[in-house]
Amino acid sequence: MDMINTVVQGVLVGGLYALFAAGLSLIFGVMRLVNIAHGDLIVLAAYVALVVVQMLGIHPLLALTLVVPLLAGFGYALQRIILNRTLGKDLLPPLLVTFGLSVILQNGLLEVFTADSRKLSAGALEVGSFKLGDAISVGYLPLLMFGTAVAVIAGLQFLFYRTALGRAFRATSDDAEIAQLMGLDKRHVFAMAMALCLGVVAIAGVFLAIRSNFDPFMGPARLIFGFEAVIIGGLGNLWGTLVGGVILGVAQGVGAEINPGWQVLAGHVAFILVLAVRPKGLFPRIDG
Amino acid sequence: MTHSISRSTNASRVAAMVAVLLLIGLVSAPWWTSSATLRLIGEFSVYLALATLWNLLAGYTGLVSVGQQAYVGLGGYVLFSVALFLGINPVYAIPMAGLVCAVLAVPVAALVFRLNGAYFAIGTWVVAEVFRLSMAQVSALGGGSGTSLPVAVMKPLGDKAAREAMIYWLAIALGAGCVALVYGLLRSRIGLALTAIRDSEVASSSLGVPIARVKYGVYIAVSAMTGMVGALIFLQKLRISPDAAFSVNDWTAFVIFIVVIGGIGTIEGPIIGTIVYFLLREFLADYGSVYLLFLGALAIVVMLVAPKGIWGYIAGRYRLSLFPVGYKITWKD
Amino acid sequence: MTDVLAIDDLQSFYGDFQALHGASLTLKQGEVMALIGANGAGKSTLLKSICGLVSVRAGSVHWKGADLRGQSPNAIVRQGIAMVPEGRRLFPSLSVEENLIIGGQVARKGPWSLKAVYDLFPILAEKKAMPATSLSGGQQQMVSIGRALMSNPELILLDELSLGLAPIVIKDIYAQLPRITGTGMSAILVEQDVTRALSAAAKFICLQEGRVSLQGLPGAHSRDAISAAYFGT
Repeated sequence: MDMINTVVQGVLVGGLYALFAAGLSLIFGVMRLVNIAHGDLIVLAAYVALVVVQMLGIHPLLALTLVVPLLAGFGYALQRIILNRTLGKDLLPPLLVTFGLSVILQNGLLEVFTADSRKLSAGALEVGSFKLGDAISVGYLPLLMFGTAVAVIAGLQFLFYRTALGRAFRATSDDAEIAQLMGLDKRHVFAMAMALCLGVVAIAGVFLAIRSNFDPFMGPARLIFGFEAVIIGGLGNLWGTLVGGVILGVAQGVGAEINPGWQVLAGHVAFILVLAVRPKGLFPRIDG
Repeated sequence: MTHSISRSTNASRVAAMVAVLLLIGLVSAPWWTSSATLRLIGEFSVYLALATLWNLLAGYTGLVSVGQQAYVGLGGYVLFSVALFLGINPVYAIPMAGLVCAVLAVPVAALVFRLNGAYFAIGTWVVAEVFRLSMAQVSALGGGSGTSLPVAVMKPLGDKAAREAMIYWLAIALGAGCVALVYGLLRSRIGLALTAIRDSEVASSSLGVPIARVKYGVYIAVSAMTGMVGALIFLQKLRISPDAAFSVNDWTAFVIFIVVIGGIGTIEGPIIGTIVYFLLREFLADYGSVYLLFLGALAIVVMLVAPKGIWGYIAGRYRLSLFPVGYKITWKD
Repeated sequence: MTDVLAIDDLQSFYGDFQALHGASLTLKQGEVMALIGANGAGKSTLLKSICGLVSVRAGSVHWKGADLRGQSPNAIVRQGIAMVPEGRRLFPSLSVEENLIIGGQVARKGPWSLKAVYDLFPILAEKKAMPATSLSGGQQQMVSIGRALMSNPELILLDELSLGLAPIVIKDIYAQLPRITGTGMSAILVEQDVTRALSAAAKFICLQEGRVSLQGLPGAHSRDAISAAYFGT
């Protein structure tokens, strides 16, 4: 019975991992860019939320209304000013520039906020829970995170396949040269994709800040969890990324049950197993 | 019109002479400099080795790994294990560390080579994390807090001065050895294959270049050498812990910055980059994390503005090559 | 009637390689011009130079008085120029209808709309929800033409319509050409099939190794003269 509870918690945490991963998946799909600073941007969002909450005294979830547009705007500028210049056939520039960005973010946050652990309080939401049957306890916050992940992914799918912006994303990703002949400015299209990505990152960051302590160096681990969720689920498939996140969450939960020190390691093992047996992931749609 | 083909340039001949003189000076250093200087030169040599190896992997073979710290740490832990539990002379433990890393690199490569591009990079990082988390579970080696190498283990190396000299010479040997190895490799047929692969995988594959085997071979060789450097690093530090052994900052971030700023895809690049890194450290070390911030920003600027790095720019401008790997045709009328 | 398109001494480059060595041509409104020449002569390069997809180092391209040199492709397209690219180059991730809709991203006034395109090529209406690249070559060519028409251009550039298509399919597509150009649209038609190109156009230009080797009216030159200009003998 305890194992069932563990699995349920793992599934719910999977929602958070899917939120980490969704932006990563989106950007790779549109411009074949893997942003090494992705996890650090999630942490940046957490700190921005911290500042907003401290300055305005509002609830962290309400702070989302400010953090999301702030991060989205930053994403647009980042892509337009720096990252667009790295796109091309060569693999090294985007990788090295985003790696440099990762280092800058970590050390910048360290300088401004020190290495102290922080956390945002969501009040009753954090501790409240309800019971499913006898053995399973479902917390409001984990359920909200999972529900948000589903909503975000559904929203992204809708945007991609039923809106003009989504059409622009798909066309530019298919053939940027011909997309220009349709009147699309690829610099703008890519920047919009990054803005969207950082909007999702903002949501992930706020949830991260509520759920657990955070410090400037948590970025790489979030990147790795997001990356593992994407690979397990299969490239180019957002719903697959949700499944990947869930599998990761469950693996970590089971690992922690066996031995608390094995939590993260168990997740890595699950990732390695999938990579060894199904290199393209469980539901791949595009090639790497 | 007849022609002659040569492999060296005027600049390279001069550089070769300078290198020989430099090496003589370096090898004799224990007799005419202080301990502190020896340590500094040794550290320089270690970073030069790591940078040259990473450059071979990423700049020449196109395998951009962000996880080489896996082998630095593994090499260190092998040395500690072998010295502590088997009582072997630490100096002999270094090649053993290389061997263990080579062996482990085989299944790791089989796994991560299933990923491409930036996903490959992150995959190597995950592997390093697995190593780190696993070593933290090994209580015999101190678990999460790590362990120290008792001085008794160092006895076979002699007294303090002899120990320092030995570690110093090993560092020089590894540093110069890596550069010589990479240079020799690139002048050989394998080097030709690497250049062909770099230019066009499809074309070189159709000509019979065994791309997969070359990549595997380079990855395993680089990982083994990295392991040996790692063993030396921790032999000098006398203390190891999972966080220090598998630190991304120390063994990958700095190395990448060195190579990028110095000039990726050239042999001279890592040398220039290591010099720049140590110069910057002299001036900025007091500023802690601002130093890293600055390095990161510098690497970004270099990548956007001068992607070939300092040496790439100089070599392009003045057509210079100190370690010529190509062929020069001279036409004689 | 004034020239709407005036190209003067165009020199276009792919990196260091010069593909056009001073090509010049003029086009009036509603005129259909055939651009013929062997493989590598520079025909596609000329079209791409007009659209801003290729680097132009010297010479000028004037469209309705405005100099197009240095403008980005998406800006050029907004001024009423559309291209049907060589090899169709539809967007694989989009359906047939989505490919057409995105062609109309540049919303200009005119007779062409989704309905009008489906009138022109009824088979596309049947297949509108299918992934564009799952259609046959001829049908894909129809989608590509429709996509270009959706922006109601004043100048349409048709690059190698017949490439890779069966003769009967080519015949069908060319049969629709008058309906397309009949709306007052100017057109430049690039073709390797000389006979077909000359029969569809009011005037022609022949390129040979990046230079204009012959130009004029289709009936005014002998087969031998055209052949010599084509092959450069």
